[in-house]
Amino acid sequence: MSQTATASKADTLKALRQRAYNIRRHALRMGEVQGQGYVGQALGIADVLAVSYFHALKIDPRNPEWEERDRFLLSIGHYAIALYAALIEAGVISEDEIEDYGSDDSILPMSGMAAYTPGMEITGGSLGHGLGIGVGMALGLKRKQSTSRIFNLLSDGELNEGSTWEAVASASHFKLDNLIAIVDVNDQQADDKSSLVLNYEPIADKWTAFGWETYRVDGNDLDAVLEAFDSALASSSGKPRVIICDTLMGRGVPFLEERDKTHFIRVDENEWSVALQKLDDVYGIQSGEK
Amino acid sequence: MSAKKKLKTSAMIASIAGEDQPTTAAPFGHALVEAAGKNDKIVGMTADLGKYTDLHIFAQAYPERYYQMGMAEQLLMMAGAGMAREGFIPFVTTYSVFASRRAYDFICLAIAEENLNVKIVSALPGLTTGYGPSHQATEDVAIFRGMPNLTILDPCDAVDIEQSVQAMVDFNGPVYLRLLRGKVPRVLDRFEGYRFEIGKAKQLIDGKDALIISSGLMTMRAIEASDELKEKGKSVAVLHCATIKPLDSQTILDEVRRHPDRPVFVAENHSVVGGLGESVASLLMKEGVAVKFYQIGLPDEFLDAGALPTLHDRYGISTKEVVKTIEQNAF
Repeated sequence: MSQTATASKADTLKALRQRAYNIRRHALRMGEVQGQGYVGQALGIADVLAVSYFHALKIDPRNPEWEERDRFLLSIGHYAIALYAALIEAGVISEDEIEDYGSDDSILPMSGMAAYTPGMEITGGSLGHGLGIGVGMALGLKRKQSTSRIFNLLSDGELNEGSTWEAVASASHFKLDNLIAIVDVNDQQADDKSSLVLNYEPIADKWTAFGWETYRVDGNDLDAVLEAFDSALASSSGKPRVIICDTLMGRGVPFLEERDKTHFIRVDENEWSVALQKLDDVYGIQSGEK
Repeated sequence: MSAKKKLKTSAMIASIAGEDQPTTAAPFGHALVEAAGKNDKIVGMTADLGKYTDLHIFAQAYPERYYQMGMAEQLLMMAGAGMAREGFIPFVTTYSVFASRRAYDFICLAIAEENLNVKIVSALPGLTTGYGPSHQATEDVAIFRGMPNLTILDPCDAVDIEQSVQAMVDFNGPVYLRLLRGKVPRVLDRFEGYRFEIGKAKQLIDGKDALIISSGLMTMRAIEASDELKEKGKSVAVLHCATIKPLDSQTILDEVRRHPDRPVFVAENHSVVGGLGESVASLLMKEGVAVKFYQIGLPDEFLDAGALPTLHDRYGISTKEVVKTIEQNAF
């Protein structure tokens, strides 16, 4: 790699790190508004969203329905807080909306729905829908000879749903090289650790066996995530691509990283400001620098 | 001694046509090909039932617009939603049992909640196969009636089906259509000026002694029953209600009120629970219209396997049984 390329990559990583910090911060602020929310997932997936929205995706923040955009489908509706944070950071949604998160008539409901929020492509929440919708959209894009791509963020828990695997098989059958799945493996679902509820390991082998080009990375290692995205998007294998990202719920706020994990990470009322402060500490950001 | 001819359990797809009845082969498939010639947004998708839903006609005409999704009804509905999101008009086909029982969540959330332009065309509605409960969609309308945004169509014959295809293309929103396939009887072309319209009930026959409100193939039975009773000096009206949801409340109320002494029979190829009969009953109750009211429909049971004519007699939806029910109650 040339020096220039190295420097440029360092710049990219630095910029993405800032984006990931901002996404985490937006999510914590939304969590504080409601006093609850899936902030653990949002903190865990922030690095992946930073790479998605500020490196990989082709979007126009002023025109979320731009025909030539890449489509990012959030099938895990409860991760809406994470996607809102990314959409705010991308300028699709105004930062002012944070104050109304989850409130009556807010454009940011607790579970993501297409009709409510600019940039929210589908209604998620009934798990196991996103990838199949993505298959249909990817087929539709090919019919239109569009170069746009479909990204679908799903979770390890969502792999329990049989419908997900109908879609996995189909994407490979139709050679949907315009479809990129991102699986957040945080090993946590509603009742327990995913590996205990219904063990799907070895996850990567399963996708590979279904005919996908498979990547597995530490989803909180920006450099690794960036490389996986770059490789996946540059691939000319003709296969659909999946990037499996192992993430840590609560990442970036040490006391939340260490807290007993459940579907919801419990955050007490007085802890939100502490969490924001700890996030700043982790990122080495001085108060007033943001 | 002559042995009675043994009726066999019909093939999966039994024709509901009577002997000597004029029929049209695969009216849905041919009508879709015609519509697709005028609208390049139309695509066809199926879950391994192209041949059994008459979609193979479309597949032959437009192979590049035909998507075989495999035996995966959940995927079929999700992918249909995705296609509609990209601006296409997908006609997705399967059997009524699989659409309603297996794919409900996917139709509800991926399609109906977002009001996407997906046309779900499903074969074997109600009791149109002798294969038993695995294939008899006796409660599909009951399942779907509670789903917001979804229009439910129950065409009577080949004429209805042919006209409903273009009507669905012209209509923006999700539709569930109960398809008759194969050799489908043609009965409605005897009614001059008849047009299928989404959301409209149509009076086919007027009569003062009884009123049958019917949908789907039971409109064909209602017409036959009315004809038969006419020979016995009774005049029985038939109101064909091919759109089950949204119900054409105004036409139904007007027709019932026009002769308030007429007993009302609602005839449907569906369970008496949750279908057209209960829709009409609740309408009349809410509007304070008191009439003698009877349901002609399938019992709230898992039905037997067997030959369709046997089963239609057994469960009271053959013409003979419809006539009997009306005679016993109306006159």
